[in-house]
Amino acid sequence: MKREQWGSRLGFILAAVGSAIGLGNIWRFPYMVFENGGGAFLIPYFFALLTAGIPILILEFSLGHKMKGSAPLTFAKFNKKWEWLGWWQVFISFVIAVYYVVIIGWAISYIGYSFTQAWGEDTVGFFAGNYLGLTDGAFILGGLRGPIVITTLIAWLISFVVLLAGVKDGIEKANKVFMPLLIIMLLVVLIRGITLPGAGDGLNMMFKPDFSQILSGRVWVAAYGQIFFTLSIAFAIMITYSSYLPKKSDIVNNAFMTGLLNCGFSVLAGIAVFSIVGFMKYQAGGELPARLSGVFLAFATIPEAINQLPAMQTVIGVLFFLCLTFAGLSSFISINEVVVSSFSEKFNIARKKTVIVFSIVGAAVSMIFATGAGLYILDIADRFINAFGITIAGLVEVIVFAYMFKLAVLRDHFEPISDFKIGKWWEITLKVITPIVLGVSVIQNFYTEFTAPYGGYPWSNLIAFGWIVALAALILGFVFAKSKWADASLLEVTADEE
Amino acid sequence: MTGGAIIFMIFGILVTWGGAAVCISIAMKKRD
Repeated sequence: MKREQWGSRLGFILAAVGSAIGLGNIWRFPYMVFENGGGAFLIPYFFALLTAGIPILILEFSLGHKMKGSAPLTFAKFNKKWEWLGWWQVFISFVIAVYYVVIIGWAISYIGYSFTQAWGEDTVGFFAGNYLGLTDGAFILGGLRGPIVITTLIAWLISFVVLLAGVKDGIEKANKVFMPLLIIMLLVVLIRGITLPGAGDGLNMMFKPDFSQILSGRVWVAAYGQIFFTLSIAFAIMITYSSYLPKKSDIVNNAFMTGLLNCGFSVLAGIAVFSIVGFMKYQAGGELPARLSGVFLAFATIPEAINQLPAMQTVIGVLFFLCLTFAGLSSFISINEVVVSSFSEKFNIARKKTVIVFSIVGAAVSMIFATGAGLYILDIADRFINAFGITIAGLVEVIVFAYMFKLAVLRDHFEPISDFKIGKWWEITLKVITPIVLGVSVIQNFYTEFTAPYGGYPWSNLIAFGWIVALAALILGFVFAKSKWADASLLEVTADEE
Repeated sequence: MTGGAIIFMIFGILVTWGGAAVCISIAMKKRD
């Protein structure tokens, strides 16, 4: 069967950027800058982009493009014994998909609530109580929450329709709509934000440089961590997406564009968010809002700011939550494509059938996050799958390809077809800088977890929804790598791929 | 806003969007 392809280079770049731009660009990056040296944080951040983010993007783009397969197939074609690494990344993606979709569901609900500012004056109480129905602990599920179930299923339905239409007619077309709209909507929110009283103070908080902080190793690890998670690397997405590129496609410039546009979006999101934070501080007579990042920034602090806007409350509310929805959906679809393409190839199942089965199974599993304990379970699963899934999988991937295969072979593959050549720095960053930084992150994650268990949750919660989930993804990776390929001819390496 | 904050905000925008613009122009030239 002929492999699907992107219809245009623009389509691929928008899909890759759409995958990279996610909720974290809006609710994580701005606070990271604020917390880690203000504008000075941009120095380690851009350094990390150039020495880890873009080099890994180039690696993953070239892997997928060279081997023309999903992550398990790509790794198996290099050497069958590394197929498990691809499957590990696939199951990491599955875990992320089933909780990420619920957050998109929340954003969809809040688009509706924006019309009447249904969250009222007590935005935290509305979100945690009325909407999430938060119980007293992760084991107390408290039943399904109707509005969350409905909007989560809407997000699954959108993904289903897009994936069913295929790569060119589904994913590419969806991103050609999502991405321009996302940028336009963000710009409208940004312009409203910077014209509010107090906006300058908010931007000052975010961008005023504190150079003493960038002397701290912690800030550099934070910068590398942010770059690593923001670019959708090490969970097989970029390998899968680049496998749909035509034979003569640029790799290097596409990686630069993807990395830079993603970070550019983050900077704009930071300006929008912190100008609004500055406005809230101004309204409160100099007191900072309590929650400046994560879920509560989006679903409690921003609604509170919307309440205080002098005009355009509904418009800004709808646009902000549409931004979250579009940013989330484009990433969610890319994560789902990883799973669909891997199962479809391994078991030789038609794409449409795989999409149907995956969407039903995924939607069913995601319902646990639509219960009253959903936020707790989501928070724990997210922490563990990031710290003990993606980071370690990324480290293994970089070590495998930097030391067990010849990077020069990949370079020989992508340099002749790329818009410009890269120097030796690509190999140096992958052999030295990236493994060191990821290695430090992994050690730090283990150390932190055993000295101060995450979020103050009881050990039983962390074991059930953290350690077991993270370990299950790895074990399932090994199990699926052991099973036979339904069509063994897929593993044959052609002359182009050698 | 302080001068430092303005400089770093512009720095952030220039590096990312400016860098992307350079990459896009290279891609366009290559296409021609």
